[in-house]
Amino acid sequence: MTANTPPISVSGLVKTFGRTRALDGLDLTVQAGEVHGFLGPNGSGKSTTIRILLGLLRADAGTVRLLGGDPRRDATELHRRLAYVPGDVTLWPNLSGGEVIDLLGRMRGGLDRRRKAELLDRFELDPRKKGRAYSKGNRQKVGLVAALASDAELLLLDEPTSGLDPLMEEIFQECVREERRAGRTVLLSSHILSEVEALCDRVTIIRKGVAVESGTLAELRHLTRTSIDAELAAPPDGLATLPGVHDMQIDGTTIKFEVDTPQLDAALRRLTEIGVRSLISRPPTLEELFLRHYKDELQEAGL
Amino acid sequence: MSALTGTGGLIRLILRRDRFLLPTWVIWIAVVPLGFVGATESLYPQAADRLQYARTTGNNPTFLALYGPLYDTDLGSIIAQRSGFIPVVIGLISALTVVRHTRTEEEAGRRELLGATVLGRGAGLAAALIVTMAANLVFAALLTAGMTAQGLPFAGSLAFGLQMAAAGCVFAAVAGVTAQLSEGAGAARGTALAAVGVAFVIRMAADVGGAGNSLSWLGWASPLGWTNRMRAYDGERWWTLALVAAFIAALVAAAGALSERRDLGVGVLPPRLGAAEAPRRLSGPFGLGWRLQSRSLYGWLAGFVALGVVYGAVAGGVEDMVRDNPDLREIFARIGGSSAITDAYFASVMSILGIIVAAYAVSATLRLRTEETGQRAEPLLATATGRLRWASSHLVFALLGPAAALAAAGTAAGLAHGLDKGDVGGVLPRVLGAAMAQLPAVWLVGAIALALFGLAPRFTAAAWAAVGVFALITLFGASLNLDERVLDVSPFTHVPKIGQDFTVTPLVWLVALAAVLSAAGMAGFRRRDLSAH
Repeated sequence: MTANTPPISVSGLVKTFGRTRALDGLDLTVQAGEVHGFLGPNGSGKSTTIRILLGLLRADAGTVRLLGGDPRRDATELHRRLAYVPGDVTLWPNLSGGEVIDLLGRMRGGLDRRRKAELLDRFELDPRKKGRAYSKGNRQKVGLVAALASDAELLLLDEPTSGLDPLMEEIFQECVREERRAGRTVLLSSHILSEVEALCDRVTIIRKGVAVESGTLAELRHLTRTSIDAELAAPPDGLATLPGVHDMQIDGTTIKFEVDTPQLDAALRRLTEIGVRSLISRPPTLEELFLRHYKDELQEAGL
Repeated sequence: MSALTGTGGLIRLILRRDRFLLPTWVIWIAVVPLGFVGATESLYPQAADRLQYARTTGNNPTFLALYGPLYDTDLGSIIAQRSGFIPVVIGLISALTVVRHTRTEEEAGRRELLGATVLGRGAGLAAALIVTMAANLVFAALLTAGMTAQGLPFAGSLAFGLQMAAAGCVFAAVAGVTAQLSEGAGAARGTALAAVGVAFVIRMAADVGGAGNSLSWLGWASPLGWTNRMRAYDGERWWTLALVAAFIAALVAAAGALSERRDLGVGVLPPRLGAAEAPRRLSGPFGLGWRLQSRSLYGWLAGFVALGVVYGAVAGGVEDMVRDNPDLREIFARIGGSSAITDAYFASVMSILGIIVAAYAVSATLRLRTEETGQRAEPLLATATGRLRWASSHLVFALLGPAAALAAAGTAAGLAHGLDKGDVGGVLPRVLGAAMAQLPAVWLVGAIALALFGLAPRFTAAAWAAVGVFALITLFGASLNLDERVLDVSPFTHVPKIGQDFTVTPLVWLVALAAVLSAAGMAGFRRRDLSAH
C-alpha cells in the first residue's frame, strides 16, 4: 500500500438480503490517519458495510478495497492490521473478560500488555468476571479494550459505545483522540451525533444504503444554513424577500431566521442597515444536517 | 400485587412453547409400560412361567440394580419392576423442563422482558412447576387408564401411575431449587441431573441384593427408592405418597423462599471469578474450541463409560433370560447357541450406542452454528483466523470425540462382560470392535450436519431430524417389517454386525460419503455470508 492509497475505498457497493436492498450503490472513502464518522439511523446499512469490509459478507456488486487488499480474498492477512468492535459484543458465558481480551489480541497477532492494563484501569473494568456476569455496557468495554490495546493500524468501530454511561463515553472519546494522534485510521459508525461531532474529521451520512453526504464538517456546514437570532433597532421589513432566507419569525423588533450559508453576507448587511442591538448566530449542528437528509422520512412519520 | 400474579399467563406461554414437546414425551413414554403388558403376557403366559421368571431373570442382580426389586410374581408386579427405569427418565425430563422455563429464560434475558410487565416474583417458578407436575399427573392418569383397560387391577394401576409421576414431581421440585442456586442455566441443569444420578445410585445399592436384603433400608434415602417402595400391584402402601408429597412441598417452599431472596439474573451462590489473563493454551481457535467443548466431551465420555458398564453387565443376564425361556432358547440355538445370543445382543445395543454417539457428533458440529447465531463467531473471524481454521477447531471434536466415546463405551462393556465371564482377552476385542465399527456411520451423520451448516445454515435442525429418523429405523425398523430400501436409508443399517462375516466395503463407502459431504459443507461455508439468523 502506498502512502496515498486510502485505507478504505468503497464504490458502488450493493448488497441485498432476499428482497431487501441493504446497500444500494454506496460510496465511502476513508483517508489514512483520519477519524471518519459513518452516520445513519438504525437499518441504514452501516453494519452491513462494515461486515463486508471484514469479509464476513459478500458484496453483490461494486468494488471494495481495504488496506490495499481484497477484504475477502486477503481476509486473514488484512485482519492482522485491523481491530473491530461490534455494536453488540457477545461473550462466552464461561470465559472471563480478561481471557477474551487476551484471546482476541493473540488471534490478531499481538496485544500491548501495558496498554491493556491501562485501558482496563481507565474503563474501570474488572477482567476477572465471567462473560455472563457483565452488563451490556461492560461487555462493550471488553470489546473496546481488546481493540484499543491492539497495535492495529485501522479500527472499525460499529456503534461501539452503545450501553456506555456518559463518563465512559468521555473516556472512549479520549482514547479515540489518542489513536488519531498515534496515526491510526478510525471508521466510527454511530447514530450519536455529538460523538461524531466531537471526534470526526470527516463524515459520511448514509441513508437507505446510499451515501447522501460526505466531507469535513466545515464543508458540510457550508452546504447548509446558519441560524440567526437578532434584536433590531426597528421592526424589520424586506428581509423575507432576500434570497436564501427561511423559517422567518418576527416578534416586534426581535427576529429569528435561517439563512443559506452563501447568502449569509447579504442577510447580515440588511440587518445592520436596520441597526443591530444584539445578535446570536449559530452554525448548523450536525443534528440539523442529519435531520435535513431525513426530513421527508420524518414527515412521512408525521413528526 | 402478590408474588404469583401473572402465573396463569406464564402457564399459557409455557404450554404454547412446549405444545409439541410436552404431549410427545408424555404419550411416548406412557406407550412403553403399556406395551409391556402384552409382551409379558405372551412371553410368560402361565403362573408357572412367571414363577420361573421371578426365580431367575427377575432376581438377576443386573435387573435388580437397573429396575429395582420384584415384589411378587403376578403380571402387574413383573411389569412394575420392568418399568423401574422410567422414573429415572421422567425425573430427568421433568428437571430439564423446569430449568428450561426458569433459569434458561433468565439467562437469555427474556424473563426480564416479562418481569417488567405485571408479573409476581414467584410467577415464573410457579408456572414452570405447575406445568411440569401437571404433565406428570396426566402421565399417571394415562398409565392408570391404560393398565386398567388391559385388565390389571385399578388400585395397583393407580399406584403404578402415581409412583412414576411422583419421581417426575420430586425432580421438578429439585430443579426448582437448583435453578435458584446458580447463576447459569448450565450449572442449574448439571446440579439437578446430578441429583437424579445420586438418587439412582443409592437406589441401585439398596436394591441390588433383592427385596428385603440387609441394605434395603438405603432405599428410603432416595426419592427413587420411595417410589418403588409404594409396591404397586402388591398391597399398595399409599402412605409413601404422603412422604413424597411432604418432600415436594418442602422443596417447593425452599425454592420459593430462595427466589424471593435473590435478584433476577443472579444466583444465591456467588459467581466465581475467572482469570484476569488468558492462560498460554488459550491463544487461538483450537484453544478456545477446547475450552468450549471439552467439558461437554468429558460429560458424554463419563456417560458412555457408564452405559458401557451397564451394557456389559447386563449381557450375562441376557443369556440367563434366554436360557430360562424355551421359545427364545430354541430361536438362538438355531442361530448358533450361547455366543450367538451375546453377539446378537451386542450387535443391537451397539447400534443404539452408535445413534447416541451420532447425537454427540451432531451437537459438536452444530456448535459452529450456535457460535455463529450467538454472534460470537464474528469477532473471531475479524481476527487473523480464517474460516476453515475456526470451523476445524470445533469439527475436531465431531471427528475425534465419537472415536473416544465409542472406544470408552466399548472398552467398558468389554471389560464388564469379560470379567463376568472370566475371559477378558476373548471378549474385550470382540465387543470393542463391535463398538468401533459404528464410527463411519457416526461420522456420516456428523457430516450431514456439517453439510447443512455450510450449504443451508437455516436448516441445521434437519440434522437432528436425521438422527431421529435413523434411530427409528434402527430401533423399530425390523420389528415394523419396513421395506429394505427404507432400512437402507440409515447408515447404521450398513454397519457390519458382530458375529457375522466382516466386510470392510460398507465402511469404506460410509467414510467416503462422509468425506464428500464434509468437503461440500466446508466449501459452502467458505463462500457464504455469516448470518445471525
